[in-house]
Amino acid sequence: MSIWALRGLRDGVVTTRWPKRADEYADAWRGPVTVIGDADAPDVDGLCPTGAIEVADRVRVDQGKCILCGRCVAQRPDLFAWSAGATGPATAALTREALVVPQVAETDEAVAAVRAALAARTAALRRSVHVRHVDAGSDGSEEWEIQALLGPVYDIHRLGIFITASPRHADVLLVTGSGTDGMAGPLRTTYDGMPDPKVVIAVGTDAASGGLLGDRLTGVAGHVPVDVFVPGSPPSPFGILNALLIATGKLR
Amino acid sequence: MTTITSTEPAAVALRDALIERTARGERFAGLTASRDGGTVTLSAYLAAPGRVDTLEAALPPGAAGYPSLTPAIGAAFWYERLIHDQTGIVPEGHPRLAPLVKPGDPLPRHVTGYGLFTIPHGPVRSGVFESMEYLVETPGEAIPHLNMRIFYKHRGVAGRFTGMTVEDGVLLAERAEGIASVAHALAYCHAVETLAGCEIPHEAALVRVTHAELERIANHLDVTMRLADAAGLAVATARFALHKERVQRLVSAMCGSRFGRGVVVPGGVAAFPRKRPAEILAEVAPLERQVTADMRAVLVTSSFLDRLRGTGPLTPARAREHGALGPIGKASGFADDARLTRPYDGYTELALASPGTHQAGDAMARLRVRAEEITQAFGLIRLALSDFPERTPPTPRVPLEPRDGRTVGWAEAPQGEVLYDVAIAGGRITSCQPRSASFHNLVLMHEVFAGDILTDFPFIEASFGLSAAGAAL
Repeated sequence: MSIWALRGLRDGVVTTRWPKRADEYADAWRGPVTVIGDADAPDVDGLCPTGAIEVADRVRVDQGKCILCGRCVAQRPDLFAWSAGATGPATAALTREALVVPQVAETDEAVAAVRAALAARTAALRRSVHVRHVDAGSDGSEEWEIQALLGPVYDIHRLGIFITASPRHADVLLVTGSGTDGMAGPLRTTYDGMPDPKVVIAVGTDAASGGLLGDRLTGVAGHVPVDVFVPGSPPSPFGILNALLIATGKLR
Repeated sequence: MTTITSTEPAAVALRDALIERTARGERFAGLTASRDGGTVTLSAYLAAPGRVDTLEAALPPGAAGYPSLTPAIGAAFWYERLIHDQTGIVPEGHPRLAPLVKPGDPLPRHVTGYGLFTIPHGPVRSGVFESMEYLVETPGEAIPHLNMRIFYKHRGVAGRFTGMTVEDGVLLAERAEGIASVAHALAYCHAVETLAGCEIPHEAALVRVTHAELERIANHLDVTMRLADAAGLAVATARFALHKERVQRLVSAMCGSRFGRGVVVPGGVAAFPRKRPAEILAEVAPLERQVTADMRAVLVTSSFLDRLRGTGPLTPARAREHGALGPIGKASGFADDARLTRPYDGYTELALASPGTHQAGDAMARLRVRAEEITQAFGLIRLALSDFPERTPPTPRVPLEPRDGRTVGWAEAPQGEVLYDVAIAGGRITSCQPRSASFHNLVLMHEVFAGDILTDFPFIEASFGLSAAGAAL
């Protein structure tokens, strides 16, 4: 055993200081596509494999559908660019509509109201938040990124966040995956088993819209009421942690 | 592609051909069915050095069933259940034709007797796991029988390919089994490139090898971490999680995705790494030293090894008979590594040593295989990157026009060989059947609990290192 005691000291402290201090890796993260320009006749038909690009009064991108393939950024750098940074209020959305960027003006007020309601609901959680994860048909990558939060680099225990086995002990439900028929029942049962107040976070583009399978599977919001959406295919661990902190009112 | 024409019903001829050719040493690698109007066509895949053959058998129009292959070819067990779910056609004489990717009632208990009960484990697991259900039949400690239900995660990936452009197809392939994104993209692209008859740029082949091997290292580190976690070895768990995170960060620094997504495209790679080869090598070197040292330490930690030795043994005979893929096969003396026997991309020129021989087939042997593969992967990365020209090469990909047709592409994922049977017409995919190593190997978990008890379960599951997403697709 002694070999491991020494090995544990080998690299010093590897844990990020975020959110107290900025983190280089989080800031350098390449997030979903955002819109930087506009055009009258943008001719972007068929550019996006998931149909995330919308052209109405202006060009918009639904980040809840963006799978980060980067095709639009490569072909139309005048209109589209990667968003930068894995953290901050802009990287998690409190409503499905807020994932569409640039946001429609009237959603701002709605988001403020949702934010206030969420804050009131989670005020009692304070520094002990227990999280239950349910995979509702992911591709497996989101599980790796959530698992990473328990590792030494992200170490969510330092923030008073714990993964729990029982829904009865859970305050937050992290849902991944495109919302398969098979998981609809188990997901609902898990949600119903959680005591109030509870918060649901949809992790990843698949959970928000079904991603590439969006023609048949439309995400998890049809199965449980989602409070926070994290876009990304998959989102980075920082993005998921950011959403956890936003959902529990530790970051505004 | 061989189409069997015989006076015998097609499926019987297919069965006889499979029996004959597997007896000659070829490996049964999968079975799929496609329905075209009223006609169902079975396609069986046979892997041999240098190639994967497809045997086709068109059933008579309107046929409701065919004689099951499973009694003769045991490895077809899950494939025929899947075919039944997908097409409704009945493999007659199949030993247990329960739904696999469709919801169904739990099977009646396999083992009955005084004091026996079933522990349902899943689909919502404790901790961060993918959803699947294990039904553990037990008198309390021993596990005389285990059932698995994978339908919870069935997303219908195979059907989604139909109608996609060749260019979009690779995006879906990357998301079929997310933890093996690169390998799935490679297998898909190999099929497309074969149809187009194109040769990818040499440097692109080297980038592909680098990403595929980094993915292998990350997966094997993940398995080692889970094994250490199951043994309650907190420091080792943290160490391997740290190494895995560093690998993922290196991958994201190279391409922007922590899973190597967006790198592999039909005709080569989307772009060359953002880091220069020398920079990548400078990061890989300390990583390799640390991983090697921690792996050596974990392999002499007796409290850990006690949990692995003799746990979840798969006999060499069963591994050979089933054609067990990847580390699971290698640990049981059956090694058919596509990088070696059917080399592709950079592997044709980079020297890949033959795997060590293991016979024990237990969780311990599987970990040893993974440790060897990690060492080998670091070596391959070094070779690939030192071959890389200092100046940025002219083009990362060649344009390609796939001809109409159908073929099979393959790649060696961390879990074992991945197959993609791709058919293209007019630049669009008319059918695509992915077959992951997770699907082929997972069924073997039925048979490895001899003498093991409930507390061995996490070790056996972790040592298999499979993905439920890849199995259920």
